[in-house]
Amino acid sequence: MAKSTKSQEVDVASNGYSDLTNENPEELRNYYYQMLLLRRFEERTSEMYTKAKIGGYCHLNLGEEATIVGLMAALTPDDYIFTNYREHGYIIARGVEPGPVMAELFGKETGVSRGRGGSMHLFDANHKFMGGYGIVGGQVPLATGAAYALRYQERPGIVLCQMGDASTNIGGFYESLNLAALWNLPILYFIVNNGYGMGTSVAEGSSEPDLWKKGSSFRIYGERVDGTDVIAVRDVTRRLRERAEKEHKPAILDVVSFRFRGHSVIDPDRYRDQEEVRRERMRQDPILRFSEKLTQNKIVDEAWLKEVAERVEVEVQAAIDFADKSPDPKIEDLFDYMYATPVPNTPGRAEALEIAQQLGGAR
Amino acid sequence: MPIITYRQALNDTLGEELARDPNVFLMGEEIGKFEGSYKITEGLLSEFGSKRVVDTPIAEEGFVGVAVGAAMLGLRPVVEIMTINFILVAIDQIVNHASKIHYMFGGQARVPMVIRTPSGGVGQLAATHSQSFENWFAYCPGLKVVAPSTPYDAKGLLRASIRDDDPVIFIESLALYETKGEVPENDDYVLPIGTAEVKREGTDITVVAYSRMTVIAMQVAQQLEKEGISVEVVDLRSLRPLDRTTIVESVKKTNRAVVIEEDWYSYGIGAEIAATIQELAFDYLDAPVLRVAGVEVPLPYAAKLSQASKPGAQDLKNAIYRVLQGGKRWQK
Repeated sequence: MAKSTKSQEVDVASNGYSDLTNENPEELRNYYYQMLLLRRFEERTSEMYTKAKIGGYCHLNLGEEATIVGLMAALTPDDYIFTNYREHGYIIARGVEPGPVMAELFGKETGVSRGRGGSMHLFDANHKFMGGYGIVGGQVPLATGAAYALRYQERPGIVLCQMGDASTNIGGFYESLNLAALWNLPILYFIVNNGYGMGTSVAEGSSEPDLWKKGSSFRIYGERVDGTDVIAVRDVTRRLRERAEKEHKPAILDVVSFRFRGHSVIDPDRYRDQEEVRRERMRQDPILRFSEKLTQNKIVDEAWLKEVAERVEVEVQAAIDFADKSPDPKIEDLFDYMYATPVPNTPGRAEALEIAQQLGGAR
Repeated sequence: MPIITYRQALNDTLGEELARDPNVFLMGEEIGKFEGSYKITEGLLSEFGSKRVVDTPIAEEGFVGVAVGAAMLGLRPVVEIMTINFILVAIDQIVNHASKIHYMFGGQARVPMVIRTPSGGVGQLAATHSQSFENWFAYCPGLKVVAPSTPYDAKGLLRASIRDDDPVIFIESLALYETKGEVPENDDYVLPIGTAEVKREGTDITVVAYSRMTVIAMQVAQQLEKEGISVEVVDLRSLRPLDRTTIVESVKKTNRAVVIEEDWYSYGIGAEIAATIQELAFDYLDAPVLRVAGVEVPLPYAAKLSQASKPGAQDLKNAIYRVLQGGKRWQK
């Protein structure tokens, strides 16, 4: 596999997988379980979308499971996370129950953003999951600001700013890098490099396709890692996280994986050669790679894999059932959360009730 | 009561709020060592240090976004944008992020921040440095937009804005910085965001204004009093939320209205006010509502052209005369 790390400090073999011999088997099994949970969650999400249970835009993490689980294994409860709109797996791997996540996709009051956000705008304050953001690159200055707050308040932890490969082409990214370096902010820019920004490949969109180098003008250190190797992602994230927290040095991590499907659920993916997509999907399936490795190392067997698959199936079904049975947000709550500090002359419950009564919600 | 300038009122308030709350900090271009392009932050770096008064590079999108993110974690940034013309590169962070975070995430995160910026033009600043974009922000639910016209209001509204838990766009004006007014000492007063004020009572006609245009409206009202015309001046103070009640109550009393605004004529604040009046007080009107606004050109540099393009006292007087005559079609 040609996407080995370019770093002098981390050594992911160009065709191999991280060595598992010194790993805690229980931890490894847990990683596998989480990866499979994310896989099934997204597959069922896609199915729910086609059943029109989910509206709007919907972007899946299929192919990104090792990236997500490896990342979350490296973060601590002190860390804040900002992501883009392809974030279902991130919030689940951070520890939020799949039920409220699915409920958000269904637009329900029990959803993680109370049905106000949807697929692209998941949030959970308790887990310091500070939002999925729908505007490409919009979260980058925000995450940089959160790191600013950590430094200002002299608190432990870092900010993990997840972003896609194409968002390294927006201006806000460079302004953020400059500020993060100038002000020594504890932040890790975590680039999920799945090769495509919608239908534009990295090479077509970025004059520097080695994305980990894009901080060099700001003297920001960068590395590339195989995003289909859960252990490699975890280890390099841990190291850069530590560095960001202890030395207040921002860094860029270019995490390479393969996007299994189109940009979003409704994208037929016509701009990619489907033969190649099929081939790469097999070659770069993080779950397949990991299960082979686990089996080879006798950490799991067929029976265990089957058992986990069944367990995951039940859990995802439970999430769907929870979402299905959850109540819709009420029209009379339409103006709730409009302002944190109430001020005169803003619409409230009375106005919302009027809308509810007059129109029954149909406009 | 001491009489101080609008600039001094802002400077005092920033200093007092920095002293009151350790989470308050200032951020912007040239606000520290340079002490502010318009010296609003004069002396604050030396008093509070570089942690509380932060000079930024020229990167409005970046540092406005940083302020939003810092606010989400509990800090209370007060950002200076040198003039509103430079805010456009940061508008994504304001409109797509700051204004939506509290609502879109179901109330789980707050964005207690203020963006202070002067709007409008003075002198011959020409096309790119004389614009009024407050209506762009007043359009956006989730933001609060205030535009005080006096030192007293500036102080009370800046305090309110800094202590408010939502993003507030605080509109200033270069031409107001040197204006003077009474401001009480040792009085921690706060003015409510979202309320207008009748700055002068009258019976013949209502003039609705905000920021610098309120000052012009007050001068015109005084002059017209000598001609026997009684002008009521409603100072909006807050553009979002908009205090429709105060506007409508005034028009119900005077039965006539003119709006004066520094922004361009079409799609401006005046259009919103005129629409509000016709929706809520149509039966009380004795004449159409007129708007006095900027001429729709990129503001030319040449002094004569520049002056001809900006709304002023004479325009307002003419509009008032026309409305009082029964409201013939406005032909400027």
